[in-house]
Amino acid sequence: MSMNEKKSLTGVRFTGIASRLFAALVLITFSGLAFAEYALNFQRPVTAIAQELYGLHMLIFWICVVIFVIVFAFMFYSIFKHRKDKGFKPATFHESTTVEVVWTVIPFLILVGMAVPSTATLLKMEDTRDADLTIKVTGYQWKWQYEYLDHDVNFFSNLSTPREQIENKAEKGENYLLEVDNEVVIPVDKKVKLLVTAADVLHAWWVPQLGVKKDAIPGFINAMWTKVDEPGTYRGQCAELCGKDHGYMPIVVNAVSEDEFNAWVKSKQAEQVAMAAEAGKTFTQAELMERGEKVYAQCVACHGATGAGIPNVFPAITGSPISTGPVDAHIDIVLNGKPGTAMQAFAAQLNDVDIAAVVTYERNALGNSVGDVVQPADVKARRK
Amino acid sequence: MSEAAHHEEHPTGISRWLFTTNHKDIGTLYLWFAFIMAVIGGLMSLVIRSELWAPGLQMVDPHFFNQMTTVHALIMIFGFVMPAFVGLANWQIPMMIGAPDMALPRMNNWSFWILPFAGSLLLLSFLAPGGGPSAGWTIYPPLSVQGGAGMDFTILAIHMLGISSILGSINIIATILNMRAPGMKLMKMPLFVWSWLITAFLLIAAIPVLAGAVTMLLTDRHFGTHFFDAAGGGDPVMFQHVFWFFGHPEVYILVLPAFGVFSQIIPTFARKPLFGYTSMVFATATIAFLSFIVWAHHMYTVGMPLSGELFFMYATMLIAVPTGVKVFNWISTMWRGAMTFETPMLWAIAGVFTFTLGGLSGLMLSITPADFQYHDTYFVVAHFHYVIVGGSVFALFGAVFYWLPKWTGNMYDETLGKWHFWLTFIGFHVTFFPQHFLGLAGMPRRIPDYALQFAEFNVISSIGAFATIAVQLIFFYLAFKAMRGGEKATDQVWEGAEGLEWTVASPAPYHTFATPPQVR
Ligand code: HEC
Ligand SMILES: [Cu+2]
Repeated sequence: MSMNEKKSLTGVRFTGIASRLFAALVLITFSGLAFAEYALNFQRPVTAIAQELYGLHMLIFWICVVIFVIVFAFMFYSIFKHRKDKGFKPATFHESTTVEVVWTVIPFLILVGMAVPSTATLLKMEDTRDADLTIKVTGYQWKWQYEYLDHDVNFFSNLSTPREQIENKAEKGENYLLEVDNEVVIPVDKKVKLLVTAADVLHAWWVPQLGVKKDAIPGFINAMWTKVDEPGTYRGQCAELCGKDHGYMPIVVNAVSEDEFNAWVKSKQAEQVAMAAEAGKTFTQAELMERGEKVYAQCVACHGATGAGIPNVFPAITGSPISTGPVDAHIDIVLNGKPGTAMQAFAAQLNDVDIAAVVTYERNALGNSVGDVVQPADVKARRK
Repeated sequence: MSEAAHHEEHPTGISRWLFTTNHKDIGTLYLWFAFIMAVIGGLMSLVIRSELWAPGLQMVDPHFFNQMTTVHALIMIFGFVMPAFVGLANWQIPMMIGAPDMALPRMNNWSFWILPFAGSLLLLSFLAPGGGPSAGWTIYPPLSVQGGAGMDFTILAIHMLGISSILGSINIIATILNMRAPGMKLMKMPLFVWSWLITAFLLIAAIPVLAGAVTMLLTDRHFGTHFFDAAGGGDPVMFQHVFWFFGHPEVYILVLPAFGVFSQIIPTFARKPLFGYTSMVFATATIAFLSFIVWAHHMYTVGMPLSGELFFMYATMLIAVPTGVKVFNWISTMWRGAMTFETPMLWAIAGVFTFTLGGLSGLMLSITPADFQYHDTYFVVAHFHYVIVGGSVFALFGAVFYWLPKWTGNMYDETLGKWHFWLTFIGFHVTFFPQHFLGLAGMPRRIPDYALQFAEFNVISSIGAFATIAVQLIFFYLAFKAMRGGEKATDQVWEGAEGLEWTVASPAPYHTFATPPQVR
């Protein structure tokens, strides 16, 4: 992509390295004035907690600035005045209990002053009681699953930035790497409780503007909450290293009015009913191949767009023993994964039609041509 | 100092270095090893910074990128900074306390010679199927359980590095406690020696904990245990607790010897005794103690109970007090001194300055609720490079220039030394200062590719990184030049220098203090 043409969120266009450097110096110099506009500081908070965090952050920041200025004023004064080349004769003092006590006690008091508001904010953040709505968030390598526990809505959310943009073969879009296929929709002004966990390795769910971040840990459930003040789309990312595509599992939260939220829930539910109805159908190979290609997008991160995998890390699908061998073993590994490896169980993530489609696709594309067709009923039969 | 000629005898060629038990030779070996590791780790950082030059994937694939961030950190911590300070300890501690050598010279040889094997093992992991370790230097499970044999190489390498550190520490403690010259009371020891004494205890307490953690990881990987696997009744978070119980003292292991170096250099060039010697010793000991009860501030977001989050926040904030005391003492040492600004002094001042900036961002990070926003972002990356590069590495440069004339007998080129200092100092800040902004604006760490609003500062950071690494060529040149010749150094070397190491000849003879000096 061309760096000059891209529109940066800051609204500033930079050309050439020299002007970039210059701009940076200017920004750094005037950072106090220019903060929010130049992506120098936190993103604009949209919840009361995020607002408080911002306030707390700025408070400690300014305390640090003041300490810094005072301490180094002494040092630089000394550096300019107390020099041998200015004929300064060294003093010989080397201790003073009074000053030692003073500069132990004063910092301690400053710390107490910082601890008080910090404690208050923390207490609020950790109070997850009385939520209006609960969403269970599960991190997978490398996508998020959202289950609306009160509404029977359940879906996966994958990065939707096209591969070509990542590989610099196409112009990058405005929300490069911060866009997904299915956004999390929540109502504004409602306390939404998020239960965070993971299916494979550690992840962390973080949306800066909401001021929430918690680790997603397999086998454990962490709780946090948020209450968004204004409708809008808020973007975040996985914040805990989770393997190869850690940088490619964004989070997009869409905060809407309560009516819009209810309408969205209805449409999601209808979608799910329609999908369940499909499961009894028999598909043609062409139908399955078309759908399988789409589902395979979820496998690309490891097995590669051409099915070549990454040698010694993620196996190839092309010509692999399972993809070209007995079909039951193939369905099984997709359903159940392989414990202890990155190959996860897709049983809970994909429905019978999707699994049938992706297995059919893997066996008849990506350089394979086994020729068989897997129907949803075959998958259903192998579910435990 | 008149040393009989036979004292200078030693084997020559390779066997001198393989079999040496001489603290100066071993110190030199450590420093060379650290230097080579720094070059390798530095080149890895350039791979990282080239990939981050622009959004999109241009240089390496994400899997390799993760290997680079992981091994860069492991090499810089365990291969560069720790061995470099052990090298300084070897060279200087016997000379500073008036001892003829380290207390356990043969063990000293062994603790060094483990290192090249450990380092090679770590690097060989890149040849293993699936490549080197890629789970971050913190090797958190379950991700680290997924990796290939490179992870096992790494675990073994960590064990070997750990053994080397423990042996080295035992030696340092034994030397300091038993080998001081008559009259060198504990509270008369130079602060560099004090810092190392405390650091050595930290190492002995912390390293076995790391060894335990990585061993459990190994058995989880291969022998069917489930220490960190929730599905088998284990707990992935337990690894983090154990790891950081080691990991937090580790950061002080990296920085306390640096404090020791600042405390040697600043009085020398201020021509005035160190201010608050006693409080310096106690502050160091307090920091060491506190470092064992703050570990969970690295993991505020794992979902600890509220009481835990509060405890670790308060304890962490407390560290600011003794750290502040040290900074104030250094500045008071400078106050009303008669300062000159030779290269070592420039490094010491820059070190105090940069470390303090890192300390202040550390104070920000200690605030639990705010850390929920900072955690795992580039703000943290900026913070720890300020303390480890700004604190430890700047101190190492300062120490090398400070003692090089004693080691080689030649003065280094002062003009070039200053050039090297200024270019490195500016390059460092150009690289890492913008990373604070990146983190605050929301860029997670350990990602090979990023959203467009982060592009500007990443370019600046990459330019800074390339410049900083490039100007290290000046350092190579300077060091080689001083080794080969140049203006002869006096025994005293620096006008304001005090201490036993300045009473021996320059270059320091192969054996010093065969008969102990009398201290005052
Ligand atoms: C996070 C990485 C990852 C993702 C995503 C992933 N796999 Fe896998 N897959 C693996 C790994 C690792 C193995 C090898 C497991 C082993 O050690 O046997 C594997 C093995 C397989 C195999 C067996 C290959 C053989 O012949 O040995 C098949 C078939 C397969 N995966 C299908 C899929 C499908 C279909 C999807 C998408 C719905 C998918 N995988 C998504 C990592 C992944
Ligand atoms: Cu993740």
